[in-house]
Amino acid sequence: MSEVKKVATRESYGKALVELGKLHENLVVLDADLAGATKTGLFKKEFPERHIDCGIAECNMMGIAAGISTTGKVPFASTFAMFAAGRAFEQVRNSIGYPHMNVKIGATHAGISVGEDGASHQANEDIALMRTIPGMVIINPSDDIEARAAVFAAYEYEGPVYMRFGRFAVPVINDNPDYKFEIGKGVTLREGTDVTIIATGLCVNSALEAAEKLAADGVSAKVINIHTIKPLDEDLVVEAAKATGKVVTVEEHSVIGGLGGAVCETLSAKAPTPVLRIGIQDVFGESGSAAALLQKYQLDGEGVYQQVKAWLA
Amino acid sequence: MTTLELQKMANEVRKGIVTAVHSAKAGHPGGSLSAADVFTYLYFEELNIDPKDPKNPDRDRFVLSKGHTAPGYYSAMAHRGYFPVEELKTLRKVGSRLQGHPSMHYVDGIDMSSGSLGQGISAAVGMAMSGKMDNKSYRVYTLLGDGELEEGQVWEAAMFAGFRKLDNLCVIVDNNGLQIDGPVDEVCSPYPIDKKFEAFNFHVINVADGNDMDQLRAAFAEARTVKGMPTAIIMKTVKGKGVSFMENSVAWHGVAPNDEQYAVAMADLEKVGEALCQK
Repeated sequence: MSEVKKVATRESYGKALVELGKLHENLVVLDADLAGATKTGLFKKEFPERHIDCGIAECNMMGIAAGISTTGKVPFASTFAMFAAGRAFEQVRNSIGYPHMNVKIGATHAGISVGEDGASHQANEDIALMRTIPGMVIINPSDDIEARAAVFAAYEYEGPVYMRFGRFAVPVINDNPDYKFEIGKGVTLREGTDVTIIATGLCVNSALEAAEKLAADGVSAKVINIHTIKPLDEDLVVEAAKATGKVVTVEEHSVIGGLGGAVCETLSAKAPTPVLRIGIQDVFGESGSAAALLQKYQLDGEGVYQQVKAWLA
Repeated sequence: MTTLELQKMANEVRKGIVTAVHSAKAGHPGGSLSAADVFTYLYFEELNIDPKDPKNPDRDRFVLSKGHTAPGYYSAMAHRGYFPVEELKTLRKVGSRLQGHPSMHYVDGIDMSSGSLGQGISAAVGMAMSGKMDNKSYRVYTLLGDGELEEGQVWEAAMFAGFRKLDNLCVIVDNNGLQIDGPVDEVCSPYPIDKKFEAFNFHVINVADGNDMDQLRAAFAEARTVKGMPTAIIMKTVKGKGVSFMENSVAWHGVAPNDEQYAVAMADLEKVGEALCQK
């Protein structure tokens, strides 16, 4: 097999900002002393006058972004997911969400795949937090292609958007000419009849690998990529649940309040269906390489396969 | 406006505050009354604004960082023509545009939703930063409470503003000396306020009596001349100013007057108004 191309979505974010910056003069990038890590340094190099380093003060950065947005600029406020959604939650809620500001939040280093830095920096709660804010759009792209598309779509969208990016290089899975990104529209990547695996972010690739392994066991798994967790593509989720009768959700996030939570909330109201929520099982993470952690927490292809297989048995 | 005209208007703004809070049976009269003069000065003298063109990109901006004093803000805005003064009586009621804390989506002319302390100043800094980036000449004003200075975000914003030399930014501190739990210097003292802002590279103007229009006029005139750094106007005020039983009283931070108290308050203000008319 030829070498699969791998790119960290934070890299895609940084590059997309440069591309968009060339097209739109009103795009500004804010950062909190993490330009190197969030890859906004690429934008800073190209457009230093439109890159605002706020220093290590994420709460203030969110407020500054809100203020800037009222003057017609489109700010992309960037920091780690832990600080964007966690530390600055109330600023995002009150200064960005409540006034429905046209602010884009680029949250990198999300999930357990942050790796060696350990639990203090592994945001497994950010989607849950952001989901509770009325009007907040949440996008968790699965690869380089989708991350770029998400940044472009977020710019065009009028209102607050939370984008979740990873530090870990992940396989490019959407590199096909038919690929189309639309906020709020899930993508069916594989048809199947026995079970539907709904995944988001880097776990989409794990879901595809798991489906392949399940097929070898004679289990036909449908795979859906939900890149937009809010607004959730409820029609697609309900339709798949009714068609296959069983649903599995997979995410690099707590099983509380994220994709699994969103899917269960929808299905309990519209199509009650047994759901297996694969994710971080209400525990804190730990240090280790991203690959080793994804394996240990059973979020890689093999881990997802084993959990689905055991559940179906 | 002349000083006398401003004083008369401030008295009308105070009546609006007391009326709104009485009608709502809730709200924050103390800090609204201490800031009634600065609200009046800003909306009738200082700000380059037009109630008929509230979204003009070149207008001056005002962010009420101490959002709980919305009654004072609303009263000044109503008297300036943003909405009918009569509407002040709908404060805090279901369906009203006049939310307990300011929301920019309900009233054109409110430049930023606020209410959670410490956040307004950051938004004001963002507006000032944007103005600098575009070489715009508008100015940005934000009003903070002295208790609000206990919020760490205030100093994050101040550090950024000082570092970026945002001389189009004017931070005003309503130093009425009282917060919910008691005197600010007994709860968690923010003093010395002036030295703190100086240390964050602000030009600091101390106003001995922030309820005096001439002193406010001098302070804002000086702020306009400052180049290369933001300005902080620290004004000593009297909480509850203008209503005898509310002055310097912690109890009137967030309580509405009953009918009897309302009558006394309005009589106090009528008396002030009559005295001003004799001038």
